[in-house]
Amino acid sequence: MTAELFIQYLFAGVTYGIIYAIVAIGFNIIYNTTGIINFAQGEFVMLGGMIAITLNALLPLPLAIAGAVLLTMLVGAMVEMTFIRWLKSPSVLRMIIITIGVSILIREVALHIWGEGVRSLPYFVGNEISTVNILGARISPQVLWVIGVCSVIVIALSLFFRYTMQGQKMRACAANRTAATLCGINPKNMVTLSFMLSAGIGALAGCVMSPITYTEYDSGTGLAIKGFTVAILGGLGNSMAAVAAGLLLGLLEAFSVSIVPLAYQDVIALSILLLILFVRPHGLFGRKDAAGLKEF
Amino acid sequence: MKKTVIAIVTLAALTLSVVMASAQTIKVGAILAVTGGASFLGLPEERTLRMLVDEINAQGGIKGKKLELIVRDSGGSPERAVSFARQLIEEQRVFAIIGPSTSGETMRIKQIAEEGKTIMLSLAAAEAIVNPLARYVFKTPQNDRFAAQRIFMTMNDLGIKRIAVVSGNDGFGQAGRGQLEQIAPDYGLEIVANEVYDSRATDLSALVAKLRSHNQIEAVINWSVVPAQAILVRNMRQAGWEVPLFQSHGFGNIRYVEVAGAAAEGIIFPAGRLLIADVLEESHPQKEILVKYQNDYESKFNEPASTFGGHAYDALMILARAIEEVGADREKVRDAIENMRDFVGTGGIFNFSPTDHNGLDLNAFEMLTVKDGQFVKYDR
Repeated sequence: MTAELFIQYLFAGVTYGIIYAIVAIGFNIIYNTTGIINFAQGEFVMLGGMIAITLNALLPLPLAIAGAVLLTMLVGAMVEMTFIRWLKSPSVLRMIIITIGVSILIREVALHIWGEGVRSLPYFVGNEISTVNILGARISPQVLWVIGVCSVIVIALSLFFRYTMQGQKMRACAANRTAATLCGINPKNMVTLSFMLSAGIGALAGCVMSPITYTEYDSGTGLAIKGFTVAILGGLGNSMAAVAAGLLLGLLEAFSVSIVPLAYQDVIALSILLLILFVRPHGLFGRKDAAGLKEF
Repeated sequence: MKKTVIAIVTLAALTLSVVMASAQTIKVGAILAVTGGASFLGLPEERTLRMLVDEINAQGGIKGKKLELIVRDSGGSPERAVSFARQLIEEQRVFAIIGPSTSGETMRIKQIAEEGKTIMLSLAAAEAIVNPLARYVFKTPQNDRFAAQRIFMTMNDLGIKRIAVVSGNDGFGQAGRGQLEQIAPDYGLEIVANEVYDSRATDLSALVAKLRSHNQIEAVINWSVVPAQAILVRNMRQAGWEVPLFQSHGFGNIRYVEVAGAAAEGIIFPAGRLLIADVLEESHPQKEILVKYQNDYESKFNEPASTFGGHAYDALMILARAIEEVGADREKVRDAIENMRDFVGTGGIFNFSPTDHNGLDLNAFEMLTVKDGQFVKYDR
């Protein structure tokens, strides 16, 4: 393999990987406050892209993206308030089934509004054929945007959880819901916030990736599967581990192309998911005793 | 009780009206994938048929008889197509069936139409529909093989020898790949790389990097109907790889050009002439009908006309012309279709014969390219 080809694969892998990681972080945020997997996470990514494309017809690109993120956060909050909030001591399984239903609902509504065609946002910089030369490999500037924006999301989130009051409250709920309630934190509000937060980062990722991957009414499904794989691979609930796991999966997929046909990419991801579930259900970076204390 | 009586009376009245109506109308059944994954085929087909039937009936029908169109939505499912075919033939006793939209469905009901002695004009492309020949089964779309041959002929003109074939892992991609592998040697072409990608792929830059490391490749053919058509070309041009890219007739949808943007320039692909109706020379025999269909469709439905709707247009017009010639007698109409010559349709100029129930040849396809975001005729 030449150095140029290596770098080309490397960038393809990092791009996929960081996108998967963002979806996985979305899973983790909600998992931490509620203990459930929100299977509508991929739909948030799709909604972000679709709404931004629609708004972009009227508004300049940055405003369209900001609008899309806000609207998707609103959808996230509405989903939580309509379907989750009023449940009295819901079982984990019941909430998971609800999120699956919500994902189907959002997909069908999107099909109704936007039709089955592909759409995409314009490139943020340059156009479809402009490239940046990095060590002999040619990379689309949009790839750098994806990597940059996603990295910023990751850093901003970790700062948010560490240093802000809201972030600390959410962590408190994740650590011990009853104790958090006793300290005067309203866990229900934290759950709503977690849905808004994961909808927002999903939507932002959906916007930056749209010029590269295009957006379709059902593009969320595939992403949700990959994101879920990554969340499990890293260990559920651990956002930094999700980044590492995402990059690992992305690179594996990209480099596998040189050996097996591209059509087997999903097989690789799913095989890894199965393997992890059998061998290390608490994830690569999770601790077994900690996992044992969790309900799910 | 009262409700039951009303129901029975209504039912009787309905049955009566159906019987009375059928005395003066010609029933045409249509099995189309109006919804589901193949709706990009079925929807324009259904709209076209409804538009045409209204138009024919407004002019007094065919030989004084109005057409009655019965559309059944199969959603692309062969099982549903089978039950609709039986229903249309045995219960509705339709004069002819137009459709189905996809090859899989057509192959499943070929035998049913044959046994029911009902004329079927399929809107699907597979060659197997009319080869081996079935007495009552015809089809209007061009054979996939013609598309592959036109591509290879263009490559010969350009002096290309070594090519890469990439295709989606769906039915269309697989069939096309088989076709290309089979006839490439006839044109002296060598396939040096052959790659299949997931038809839902969202990024093919790794695939492009791999192909590019083969420095013998002089041209790439991509065979699919999915958005990956636009993704592939973008990834190729981003990588600065400027070899000619040929696509299948599946690229004949301006939406893909829009999403591929600047990268779409220069893609070469075969397609029916509907896509270039505006810029076709005035003297071309298809010009008039193509422009008329395009204008009618686009002004009525406010969306671009597609070649798929054109296949439905051809099917209904062929049927109408045959009935016009010999009257509403099924056997005579079948013979009339089989012997129809020089029928100018949207898909090409049809010349049916007892051994050819498609009636089109290589000339039905035109090589097109993309220039300034528009489809234009390809000229070296």
